Amino acid sequence: MSAATRLGAEPGKFTRGVILGLIGAVFAIPIIAMIQFTFRDGLAGDYTLDHWTGLVGEDAARTYRGLLQAVGNSVVLAIVTVGIVLVLLLPTMILVHLQFPKLRRVLEFICIIPITVPAIVLVVGLAPVYGVVVRIFGSGAWTLAFAYGITVLPYAYRAIQSNLDAVPVVTLSEAARSLGADWPTVLRLVLLPNLRRGVLAASFISVAVVLGEFTIASLLNRNNLQTALLQVSQSDPYAAVIFALLALTVVFGLLLLIGRFGAPRNRRTE
Amino acid sequence: MTSIASVPTSLGTDRGAAVELEAVVKTFGTHRALNAIDLTIKPGEFVALLGPSGCGKTTALRALSGLELVDSGRIVIDGVDVAAVPTNKRDIGMVFQSYSLFPHMTAIENVEFGLRMRRVAASERRTRAEEALDMVGLAAFAERFAHQLSGGQQQRVALARALVTRPRVLLLDEPLSALDAKVRVQLRDEIRRIQTELGITTVFVTHDQEEALAVADRVAVMRDGAIEQIGTPEELYATPLTPFVADFVGLSNRIPADLVDGKVVAHGISMRLLGEPMDDGPITAYIRPEDVALANAGIRATVVASSFLGSLRRTQVVLGDDSRVSIQHDADVRPQLGDVVFLKLKGAAVSAVRRTS
Repeated sequence: MSAATRLGAEPGKFTRGVILGLIGAVFAIPIIAMIQFTFRDGLAGDYTLDHWTGLVGEDAARTYRGLLQAVGNSVVLAIVTVGIVLVLLLPTMILVHLQFPKLRRVLEFICIIPITVPAIVLVVGLAPVYGVVVRIFGSGAWTLAFAYGITVLPYAYRAIQSNLDAVPVVTLSEAARSLGADWPTVLRLVLLPNLRRGVLAASFISVAVVLGEFTIASLLNRNNLQTALLQVSQSDPYAAVIFALLALTVVFGLLLLIGRFGAPRNRRTE
Repeated sequence: MTSIASVPTSLGTDRGAAVELEAVVKTFGTHRALNAIDLTIKPGEFVALLGPSGCGKTTALRALSGLELVDSGRIVIDGVDVAAVPTNKRDIGMVFQSYSLFPHMTAIENVEFGLRMRRVAASERRTRAEEALDMVGLAAFAERFAHQLSGGQQQRVALARALVTRPRVLLLDEPLSALDAKVRVQLRDEIRRIQTELGITTVFVTHDQEEALAVADRVAVMRDGAIEQIGTPEELYATPLTPFVADFVGLSNRIPADLVDGKVVAHGISMRLLGEPMDDGPITAYIRPEDVALANAGIRATVVASSFLGSLRRTQVVLGDDSRVSIQHDADVRPQLGDVVFLKLKGAAVSAVRRTS
C-alpha cells in the first residue's frame, strides 16, 4: 500500500511518541518511586544501600524466614496451577476445537466467569469447598492451587484460544492422522509445537497471577508471597518494597521469555 | 521452474488397490450427505468426484479416508471392509484443499513425517523423502519452511508427503482450488503424470469440470449425495444421461423444442437425441455450443455478448423466443453487440427435459 493511501490511517510519529510516553510513564513512575524508596534512609535522610544489604546474611535469613517460606509456597502454587492449566484446560480446549466446536461458546463462557466474580465472593463460595479439600488433601499451601486454577481460567483461556484461532488445527491434525499418527502423537508432534506461544503465554500469565494473588490466600488463611509481604511491610516497609520489586522483575523476566521461546521455530531460525 | 525427476523406485509402482463404496450413508443432523452411494474403483484407476457445492463429494472422500465415520454401508479397500478402521490405520495418502504442511517443520521433515510414524530408520527416511521431493521438483527446497514456499510448492510438498509412504489409495481433496490458474494446470498435469507412473488408485474431488475431464480415467458426477452418472470424460460429455449432467459437464444451450418420432425438432431443424429416450411432446433440448454454428441463413438471432477465449471466440445470442444460446466459433469472426446473425444446428441434442409450458 502506498504512503499516500495510508495517510491518516495511523497516528503520526509525534502522536505515537506522546502515547507511548504517557503509557510508559504510568508504568515507570511507580516502579522508579519504589526503587528510589528502597535507597532512602528515612524520609528526610540520605540514600543508602543498607536496606538491600540487610537482606543478605544469617540474621536476615532468620528475620525473613516466613517470607522465604511464602516465596517457596508461591512457587509451588505457581507450578501446580500451571499444571492444572496444562493438564485440564489445554486438552479440553483442543478437544472442543477439534471435535465439539458447538461447545466452544459454552467453554468460553465458563472460563470467563471467574473474572466477573469478585475475589471476596469467590472465597465465600470456596470456604466450604476447602473444608472438604482439607479433609482429603490436608491444609498444605499448595491446595490453594485448586482455587487459583479457577482464577487464572480467563487469562489462560484467552492466551490459548488466540493461538488455536491462528493455527489451522483441524487441517493439521487431519493431515497427521492421514499420515498414520494416532491422537497422542498428533498432540505431541503437531499441535503442541504450533501452540507453543499460546501455551507459554497461558503458563506465564498464570504464574504472574499466582505470584500477585492476595485476597484468596489471606481470607483462606494461607501463607503466600503477597500475604507475607503485607506482614513484612508492617515491620519493615523497605524490605517489603524490595521483595515486591524482585517479584516484579521475575514476572517481567517470564514475560520476556514468552517472546523468546514462544516464537515458532520457523520464525526464530530465519 | 525446477527440474522434475521421474518416479523413484523407492515409491514403488503398481500399488493400486481396488476400492468399493457399497450403499454408504452419512447424515449430518437431518441432512443426508451421502445417500446410499455405490462406487467401484479399479486398481490404479484415477477417478474424479465432480459436483456442485454440497453434493457430497468431499464427504465421500472423507468417508473413504476415515475422517468421517459413515452411518451405514461398506468401504472396502482390497477386499477388506475398513468402514470402522481409524484414519491412521487405513494406509491412505491425502492432499487437502487448504495448505496442510506442518508449519514448524521444513519441507523434508514434513515429507518424512509419515515414514516416522511407520518407524522407518532415519537414514532410509531421509533418502526416501529426498527422492519424493525430487519427484515433485522440489529437491532444492528441502530445508524451507511452509511460509517460505509458494502455494503451488506447498501442494507439491503435500503430494510428496502423501506418496512417500507408498499408500494404497491417494485421496485429493480439491488440492488445486487455492492456486492461480497457470499453476493449477501445471500441477494438475504433474499429478496425473505421477499417478500414471506410480499406478496408484486415486480419488480426486473437484468442482471444476475442466479439471475433472482433463485428469481422470472416469468421472463420477454427484448430486444430492448420490452419483448421477459415472463414465469416462468422453462418455459424460458426449452422452450425458440426465439434464443435470449435460448442464454440469461442459456448456449446454437450453433450447425450447419438440420431440417428434424420437427426433428433436427446434426452429424447424431436426436432430438426434443422445440422452434417455422420451415420449414425443414439448421439450427443452440441451445442445452443445459446438453443435450450433453461424450461417448465412437459418435461425435468426441477435448478438448480446462476445468473449475472446484465445483460439476461439464465444458469442451469446438471443433467439426469437427469448432463449439465450452460446456459440463457439473462429476467433477471427467478431460479431458486434446488436448484430443480427443466423444460426444452424448440427450434430445432436445431448439431453432433454420435458417442457411444461
